Amino acid sequence: MFTSFANRITGVVMSVGLLVLVYWLMSVASGTAAYTRAIATLSLPIFKLLYAALLFTFSYHLVAGIRHLVWDTGRGMERHQSQKSAWVVIIVSVLLTIAFIYWAFCPGAHQS
Amino acid sequence: MSLRSPLGRVLGAGSAKEGVHHWWMQRLTSIALVPLTIWFLVSLLTLPSFEHVTVISWIAQSWTALLLILFILVATWHSQLGVRVVIEDYVHGGAKTLTLVLITFIHALVAAAGVFAVLKVAFGSAS
Repeated sequence: MFTSFANRITGVVMSVGLLVLVYWLMSVASGTAAYTRAIATLSLPIFKLLYAALLFTFSYHLVAGIRHLVWDTGRGMERHQSQKSAWVVIIVSVLLTIAFIYWAFCPGAHQS
Repeated sequence: MSLRSPLGRVLGAGSAKEGVHHWWMQRLTSIALVPLTIWFLVSLLTLPSFEHVTVISWIAQSWTALLLILFILVATWHSQLGVRVVIEDYVHGGAKTLTLVLITFIHALVAAAGVFAVLKVAFGSAS
């Protein structure tokens, strides 16, 4: 039950992420001056926090979504199976998040 | 006196036969988003920098532009389907309709803006 609800929350967070993505793309398309201003905003700590959050919500929503797709084929719906897969979803998504955050934020990975 | 026909009253507000379509599109878009989101994230994380020239030359590549447009369209579609269900479950009364209209418009705007921005960069009018 919890994992399905979490799938909704993480999805809504990524809908907000889409807004930020399109704001970034529009700034890319609006010339260097506009892009520089946008990057100043997008580099604020609050946005870095959002990127970290998005890396988690993406990892979770991806793994949990695949679990839902497997359910749609009629597989894995027994109680003991779904309890086990819930743990798989949590563990795999946390590991993915750690890997992504390390990749995105480790020193020297990116200039900005 | 009501303008509603007696037959309409008897049949009530039954299925508009759109439920399966919503369910099916949700699945189709989620399957498509598995490779698209992974491609997008890996591409972003492997960009050498986020300087304007670098980002422009990345987006201007044909395959990047094509996949970015696909990603934006499928992601906003999937988002619209998902957010709609959340609103239908948690918002009630008149606010529900208003929120649904707003959310649909915002998603259309986001999709159009994203595609427009990518095309503008891809066709070389962004520097």
